[in-house]
Amino acid sequence: MPAPSKSTLISDNGPASSRRTFLSWKVRRETIIGWLFVMPALTMYAVFVLLPLVLTIQYSFFRWNGVGPATWVGLKNYLTVFQVPDLIGTISNAFWLVIWFSLIPVGLGLVVASLIHRVATGRFGEIARTVLFLPQVIPLVAAGIIWGWLLSLPGLINQILTVMGLGAITRAWLGDFDWALPAVGLVGIWVLLGFCTVLMLTGIGKIDPALYESARLDGAGWFREFIGITVPLLKYEIGVCLTVTVIAALAAFDIVYVSTAGGPGNATAVPGIQIYILAFTQRAVGLASALAVMLMILVVVAILPIQWLSRESTR
Amino acid sequence: MSKKSVFGSLVSLLVLTSMLLSSCATPATTAVPVAPTAEASAVPATSAPTATTAPSTTAAGPSCGTEPVVLNAYFETGFDLPFKLSDEFTKQYPNVTWNISQDQFANLINGAPRLLSGDNPPDLLRLPTMVSFAKDGLLKNLDGYATAFGWDKWPPAELMQNRVNATGQRGDGSLYAAGLNYSMTGIFYNKKLAAQIGMTEAPKTLAEFEALLAKAKAAKLLPIMQWGSAKSGMGLAFPLQNLMASVGPTGPINDWIFQKPGATIDTPSNLIATQHLEQWIKSGYFPPDINAIEYTDANARFGKGEGVFIFNGDWQNAGYDKDLPGNVGFFLMPPATAGGKHGAMSAPLTYGISAKAKNADCAAFFLNWVATNDKARQIDVTIGGSNPGGAADATMPSVAAGSVTNETLTAGQIIGQDNGAMDFIANATSSIFAQGWTPELQKMVGGKQDAAGLLKAVQAEYMRELGQ
Repeated sequence: MPAPSKSTLISDNGPASSRRTFLSWKVRRETIIGWLFVMPALTMYAVFVLLPLVLTIQYSFFRWNGVGPATWVGLKNYLTVFQVPDLIGTISNAFWLVIWFSLIPVGLGLVVASLIHRVATGRFGEIARTVLFLPQVIPLVAAGIIWGWLLSLPGLINQILTVMGLGAITRAWLGDFDWALPAVGLVGIWVLLGFCTVLMLTGIGKIDPALYESARLDGAGWFREFIGITVPLLKYEIGVCLTVTVIAALAAFDIVYVSTAGGPGNATAVPGIQIYILAFTQRAVGLASALAVMLMILVVVAILPIQWLSRESTR
Repeated sequence: MSKKSVFGSLVSLLVLTSMLLSSCATPATTAVPVAPTAEASAVPATSAPTATTAPSTTAAGPSCGTEPVVLNAYFETGFDLPFKLSDEFTKQYPNVTWNISQDQFANLINGAPRLLSGDNPPDLLRLPTMVSFAKDGLLKNLDGYATAFGWDKWPPAELMQNRVNATGQRGDGSLYAAGLNYSMTGIFYNKKLAAQIGMTEAPKTLAEFEALLAKAKAAKLLPIMQWGSAKSGMGLAFPLQNLMASVGPTGPINDWIFQKPGATIDTPSNLIATQHLEQWIKSGYFPPDINAIEYTDANARFGKGEGVFIFNGDWQNAGYDKDLPGNVGFFLMPPATAGGKHGAMSAPLTYGISAKAKNADCAAFFLNWVATNDKARQIDVTIGGSNPGGAADATMPSVAAGSVTNETLTAGQIIGQDNGAMDFIANATSSIFAQGWTPELQKMVGGKQDAAGLLKAVQAEYMRELGQ
């Protein structure tokens, strides 16, 4: 366990005047008190995040059913992930989900936030914000069931399409090989758009109104304002939104599990679903851990560039 | 600053990881193998019933005694039967009370290993699967109870599915579970719609049945309602296995399910069966949105009159009787040739006793009581809708007139005579359903898999899981 019991942050190599000693003692005491305050949170983090992480990495080198004896298999589990098309295929599905869970909600969130900021101040803006944020509050399992009904063959969405004269394209959206992933993506947009919009609105609120005012005096329309002021000054918020939603896409489980459980075929199977089935149904804990470790590396690799870009631009 | 700190933390994480990795050699302290020992199979009647006043349905053997006993039980959510049985048991044996937990079947699959290996293992547990639990020594060997209660004199087919041998194959060896009852599967039909297409009696051959399907399609009726969403598992596994038993022998299918060495699902007769199913799909005999239909939706839609037939099991009897009173019939999948033998999936509703159970004798006594007590057998049929099993000459409880249960119980006798009982192909390994049958059958519906490819893919997944 990484117990940070002694402070190594302060080095006392200056002249030993009494005042300085007193100061450094005071600083050191404050540091120790600081660490003590952090300790409970740090312990929880170590026990519930770091330890499982390390154990997962350890399990990934074993063949183990979770109960019986474990056998060391080296990198075999990692090789299996690459060799079984159904396992590696989940990773490409996850990248498709990035479009639906990340790019569209962030892009749309920017536009919607900017529109609300410009045209819908006051009551209407509050209502729009609340409505968009509501999906974050609704339990996802309930939402999944309702979306299942809406997207089913006799469901509301197909009824509306039929009324509009588009009866020919109606189908069981979540059961169709070509449309299941976009349909799951639609549920993802619904869930994540509110989060992005609210975050962007907060960011826009921090932008100096004088900038907008001068732009308008110069005759700039909404689009010029949007491109020239809103987007560049919201880079940090965009970075946060992208980070959160890309993780939501790559590590997706809940939205997919409640809407399709990975079907039809493996059209919407994502690593999260496979890890769950492998670990708890198939009881191949080692293989599940190997896939989980690869997913973690993938998420880190995808997130780091976004972090660097958004941080650098804010300097 | 940010780049450095990210790299710094990654490096320190890696150092930490390698330190901890080198300090532990095996994944967990609980990972010690618990081999089934000889003790587990010893006759458990060491605590013989001391009080002669204790009510008992058997002359001797393990019992619940007269002291207060709290049976720690784990039941499946959504099925009333074990709850009703436990109530009745307490009525007859007031010293026994229950501490019942319950969970969905899918959660039981995931949770059972931890429950059984935990500090407070259940005395009685609904078993989703048993081979790995038996192999890991988590389940009580019931051979001693079988001798003590005389279960070994019951029809062998009843207990076969609950046996696991020393090499971890099901079908023979020691007994590790008992069935509360024995389910029967086949084809339910909507009597009114069947009359519309001129069906006056159950089809006697596969060809006759397929002619009825074609007639239903021509009459603009949905021939077969079935579910297929991955959320509830692919329901086409039902007609597929019925077709396999119709065109070929059931023995090799059971061998495959029981993981006999060299067993394969990819046999010539199974290929013919799968080709029939593919043809049914292409002919539009199933709902077009089947890949998105869940189990409960399919039954609700059948109950509302959508679909002439539905492949399902007798656990759904009460639901069909309620939705379509007096209007539901049942027949077994007909054989390919007239006069041929019938086959059907028929599985015990398995309950096991934890190896570390505190009240194993009482739990075993309860399991024996379910199969032998008249009141319990009546509850079994009325609530559970299935054959209560037990001795061959045990009296069969009465069933309400007009209930489809009459037909499923009769079908059970035919399967008994034809020795055509099979376990489910979905139960061959713990995730062959989720990883094999469901995605491959869904692909077949979507036109992305053919009969030969399906059997090959499922067999490959089966081998992969056995190798895990």
